[in-house]
Amino acid sequence: MRNTTYGKGLPRLAIATVVMLCAALALAFFYAPLDANQGFLQKIFYIHVPLAIIALCGFIFGAVMAIMYLRTGDRKWDMRSYVAIHMALIFGIAGLISGSIWAKASWGHWWVWQEPTLVSYLIVLLLFCTYQPLRFSIEDPERQSLYASVFAIVAGAFVPLNFLAVRLATEYVHPRVLNLEGGNLPGPMKLTFYVALIGFALLYVTLWKYEMAAKDARAQLRRLRRTLLGDDAGRPYGRSAAPL
Amino acid sequence: MSLPFAITPALPLGEAGKYVAAAYIVVFVVILVYVAIMAVRAQRTQRELDELRRDVEAVKAARELEDDGDPDGSGRPGAGRSERSEQIA
Repeated sequence: MRNTTYGKGLPRLAIATVVMLCAALALAFFYAPLDANQGFLQKIFYIHVPLAIIALCGFIFGAVMAIMYLRTGDRKWDMRSYVAIHMALIFGIAGLISGSIWAKASWGHWWVWQEPTLVSYLIVLLLFCTYQPLRFSIEDPERQSLYASVFAIVAGAFVPLNFLAVRLATEYVHPRVLNLEGGNLPGPMKLTFYVALIGFALLYVTLWKYEMAAKDARAQLRRLRRTLLGDDAGRPYGRSAAPL
Repeated sequence: MSLPFAITPALPLGEAGKYVAAAYIVVFVVILVYVAIMAVRAQRTQRELDELRRDVEAVKAARELEDDGDPDGSGRPGAGRSERSEQIA
């Protein structure tokens, strides 16, 4: 996989990710002070918030890639969009579960339906959960890419709109610790949070590149097989939601 | 081995400790499962690559045999042509 376009620089990126995440863990547990209200429970914040932010950015990233596909018609953009959304979903689900654990400890409930931040996040996540079934339901690869790109753009545009709507909502119990002025976090907590955010962003990029390299290697292999052994030899094993 | 634990300050875990541990473990497991799935796929790609390499070698060997067994260029397969190489060709 290292010989593919996406495999270049992957080991270095992976090492940087591990270093950054280890630094974030060390800072979270041994440097950042305990929160006056929540105490040790606030440590969940250093994974839950970066995961949620990266997931939402990943959905927008996928939408941007989808725009590039519609502009150029090049299938590589569709593949990039697919992998970006796929990765963002994994991060989103991890963020959702970690947030739910925090809610149980802090509010006494796994989920609070009256809370706009939670419900809007769930709506975005469920919306993108339909992306793969949509792809899978279309057999023709060209139409699959086209419809999936349109879906990714519309759903991607929904992410910032949804975020703004929630920010404008007056009644919420979910903590607001970040804003455009830098938020109300003390210095050591802010540093820890930003290190964790960079660590998870690097993890997202590393895993995105890793999956792209794997898919690129498989595509190259299939092309090679088709060239060397004939058309039937390069057929995939079954239908797939992933671009081929 | 116990040195890092000896020099690091004790964490005030309390009641929240199990929730914090659960959240970190869940995130770690989700990422681990994803990486494991990707590793299995990478192994499959490697297997397919090996298979392709064997197939190419078989085709090459069959062509060489064909050239050896058909010196007059009549196009008839030579006696040494295997069933496997015929399937591939």
